[in-house]
Amino acid sequence: MEFFVRGGEFLADSPAVGRVAARMKPTNILDPNYFHKVVDCQWACPAHTPVPEYIRLISQERYTEAYMLNWDSNVFPGILGRTCDRPCEPACRRVRTEEKPVAICRLKRVAADNKGDIGAYLPRVPEKKNGKRVALLGAGPASLAVARDLLPFGYEVHLFEKESAGGGFMRSQIPAFRLPVEVLDEEVEIILNMGVECHFDHEVASMKAMLDEGFDAYFIGTGAPRGRDLELPGRQEVDQHISIGIDWLSSVAFGHTTEITGKVIVMGGGNTAMDCCRTAQRLGAESVSVVVRSAFEVMKASEWEKEDAMGEGIPIINNRPPKEFVHENGRLKGIVFECVKPVQGSDGRLRYEPSGEPDVFMECDHVLMAIGQENHCPWIERDIGIEFDKWDCPVLDEQTLQSSNPKVFFGGDSAFGPENIIWASAHAHKAAISIHLLCQGKDLRKDRPPEGVNLISQKMGMHEWSYDSEHDPSKRYLVPHADKKLSLSNIKMEVELGFDRELGAQEAQRCLNCDVQTVFTDRLCIECDACVDICPMDCISFTENVDETELRQRLMAPASNLEQDLYVSDELGTGRVMVKDEDVCVHCGLCAERCPTNAWDMQKSVVHIPQLGSYAE
Amino acid sequence: MTYVAKPKVHHPLLPLNDLGLTRRDYEGSVSTLCAGCGHDSVSAAIVAACAELSLPPHRFAKVSGIGCSSKTPSYFLNRSHGFNSVHGRMPSVATGANLANRELYCIGISGDGDTASIGLGQFAHIVRRRINMLYVVDNNGTYGLTKGQFSATNDKGSTSKKGAPNLYSPIDLVSMALQIGASFVARSFSGDKRQLVPLIKAGLMHRGFAFIDVISPCVAFNNHTGSTKSYEHVRAHSESVMMADYFLPQQEITADYAPGTMEDVRMPDGSVLRLRKIDGAYDPHDPVAALAHVQEHQAAGEVVTGLLYVDPDASDCHEVLDSVNRPLNSLDEADLCPGNEALAQINAAWR
Repeated sequence: MEFFVRGGEFLADSPAVGRVAARMKPTNILDPNYFHKVVDCQWACPAHTPVPEYIRLISQERYTEAYMLNWDSNVFPGILGRTCDRPCEPACRRVRTEEKPVAICRLKRVAADNKGDIGAYLPRVPEKKNGKRVALLGAGPASLAVARDLLPFGYEVHLFEKESAGGGFMRSQIPAFRLPVEVLDEEVEIILNMGVECHFDHEVASMKAMLDEGFDAYFIGTGAPRGRDLELPGRQEVDQHISIGIDWLSSVAFGHTTEITGKVIVMGGGNTAMDCCRTAQRLGAESVSVVVRSAFEVMKASEWEKEDAMGEGIPIINNRPPKEFVHENGRLKGIVFECVKPVQGSDGRLRYEPSGEPDVFMECDHVLMAIGQENHCPWIERDIGIEFDKWDCPVLDEQTLQSSNPKVFFGGDSAFGPENIIWASAHAHKAAISIHLLCQGKDLRKDRPPEGVNLISQKMGMHEWSYDSEHDPSKRYLVPHADKKLSLSNIKMEVELGFDRELGAQEAQRCLNCDVQTVFTDRLCIECDACVDICPMDCISFTENVDETELRQRLMAPASNLEQDLYVSDELGTGRVMVKDEDVCVHCGLCAERCPTNAWDMQKSVVHIPQLGSYAE
Repeated sequence: MTYVAKPKVHHPLLPLNDLGLTRRDYEGSVSTLCAGCGHDSVSAAIVAACAELSLPPHRFAKVSGIGCSSKTPSYFLNRSHGFNSVHGRMPSVATGANLANRELYCIGISGDGDTASIGLGQFAHIVRRRINMLYVVDNNGTYGLTKGQFSATNDKGSTSKKGAPNLYSPIDLVSMALQIGASFVARSFSGDKRQLVPLIKAGLMHRGFAFIDVISPCVAFNNHTGSTKSYEHVRAHSESVMMADYFLPQQEITADYAPGTMEDVRMPDGSVLRLRKIDGAYDPHDPVAALAHVQEHQAAGEVVTGLLYVDPDASDCHEVLDSVNRPLNSLDEADLCPGNEALAQINAAWR
């Protein structure tokens, strides 16, 4: 049995002697990406929100600062704290070291719910404008975030929106029981109050006409507004019993639809389907079922959205592709579904084969179609220099988000198809930089602000660190929900109550502070093995340098997660190198505590993600 | 030192041994020694060795004397028995423990002060009495606990942290052990677990008195340029005679070395000690040659490490005394009081 005592093998034992050329190069920790990648949550976040930093602020009860740190990166902390798709959570190191991730999203909400007056923290908008006018089309998260980035630099920002209020799909498609209107209004208002020229109830019918108005730049953030339909036998005959999910949700949000009767089937497996079924249940449907073409595991809906729908007693029926709508005298009777089973293909992807069971007929009175949505810009003429690809998406430079018309930029769902709010914020920061560079007559690629990283020692004394280094083994805390009876009868009642301050503080302790890095200074190391002996995760090894594949196998614990980097030092006194597998380090700082020479230090990495505001730093 | 306890969380792939325990189950409390102390590496090596041998922690007796070294039994095998005895008197307690319960694995931890100064007489006699135990000396050449005076194993001419030279010749515990008749003698270095862990395993499983002198640098007082027990000096001047690998009887022997340089020593319990000789001419079964080899290199300023001498068929104190085969605590009244008939026979024999 191998017991991970392999660190410290001598060169003579290695079959790799002589393979000098393949040795790993010392890690360049000044590359902003190196430590950024170690902060898995921040790396996974499209807007690169500095998650551990705001979680520490929450621990210190500095909710306003925690909120503003979020606001800087992702613009809508209160909204995202309830609705984000949370790419950060599956990335969380806790998933690898223990089991469940830190409830990052819910902590964001703790900051938003408990913040004080943020007025003093908001950027000042100059009264004297810089003479450049920018048009933002669509008042969704992408356009709003662009406005926020541009306004402090003196731009005159015009926002065009066909609805009567800002927020885009955050208002029209996310039900109030997930996102209360007050939360949405507050964060939209913060931006509008910075001095946006709003043109609500103004549907742009022609991009050509917009271009003729002579704005210096245009940002198109009109989302992916067309819900997909399904052409099946009987579809046309029962048209009045079928609604497109996003349109129906929007009609509910604006108060045009207030009830739904009879048996409802929701078709589709994404978050829109989950919102549809829960809304239908609240509006009085006799019964609601979700029927999905594919398997449960591969449904696009977030794990917690599925859990919440099922928790409200809504069945999710999988592996049932629809075959036809059954109708009688123009009345929908139900849907016939085929039965399939998923089979793992050789490429690892699921294929579906007939399961051999007979087709299933499901009775229903109304169908909500939530099988996806797509870009749709019929108001952009195709002869004005804005190119579209074969999927009807605009042709864009991914780095600058500039279209083939140099003055026109895209962001949010209208850029690359449906994503989520956090992507809209990320696109907005990029586009705002591009618009600024364009208006200043600079190069959109070369003159972008660079990424950077600062490393700041967290040592405060002999055994004192400025962060809470102790590992907290607590399990993920559950979030309290509103009483089911009450919330099911009131569409405006928020289901998730969020963590209170106390629960929030407890959950915050679970954060591993992955941004407090283990920084190694090779010239100080005396190779005493103290760090190797104390490391609870067997992350650190001293060994001869060989190629990465072999090196990964000869560490104290094999480094089998290839997505996680090895931190390799320069050659030490014995000719060996220090190799740290970043994979499961819990950032407890014991290596630095145990190091007699301060060769290890715990240093906070502050990653600078370019934003238009970077120019003001 | 640190007062932050090592968190219980461990590597998700940390293997289980035959008892279903991980290496972490063999650890002790968090060390209060100076950061970087070699002794902590020795403790880590003992943890690794015991875990790899799948020995039950509660079947160990840890005994020690006084000094930094003698604190370390707290830092490994926290589910075992322990006795932190009087300065230099660990051998007496170990002898008693071993005589009382021959089934416990006995580990004695001592230092250069505890063994080569105040406990030198005790040391000589436990070697002579062949107590079945592993005796480890954490040898750093200095009295660390009293702030850095030269110890009896400090080399002549080696300097203190402030530069004063040591005027006396050292006591070499390896040479003493060889001379007095230890049946397993090794020297190693705390900074080389690849050598140290197999030696601890073999020493633990050896029947008879096993002695390992571990050079274990004191980072606080004896790790400077004038020291001959610093990490740097030991690395530059150690001469390993061989590498050892220890395999349990049921274990597959995996290490594969060139023939001619290798020797398999069969232990009485069926386990195998595989020696890979770096110095081809070295004979680990000749105590006289071993002594000469060690002393020649010492005169040249070199430190010989590795397994220096082993007699796999050695006897231990219990064999010499022909003592009862069972631990004393398992003897009941019938064993201890054989009855009137037996008494009559004994009395008759003296008439």
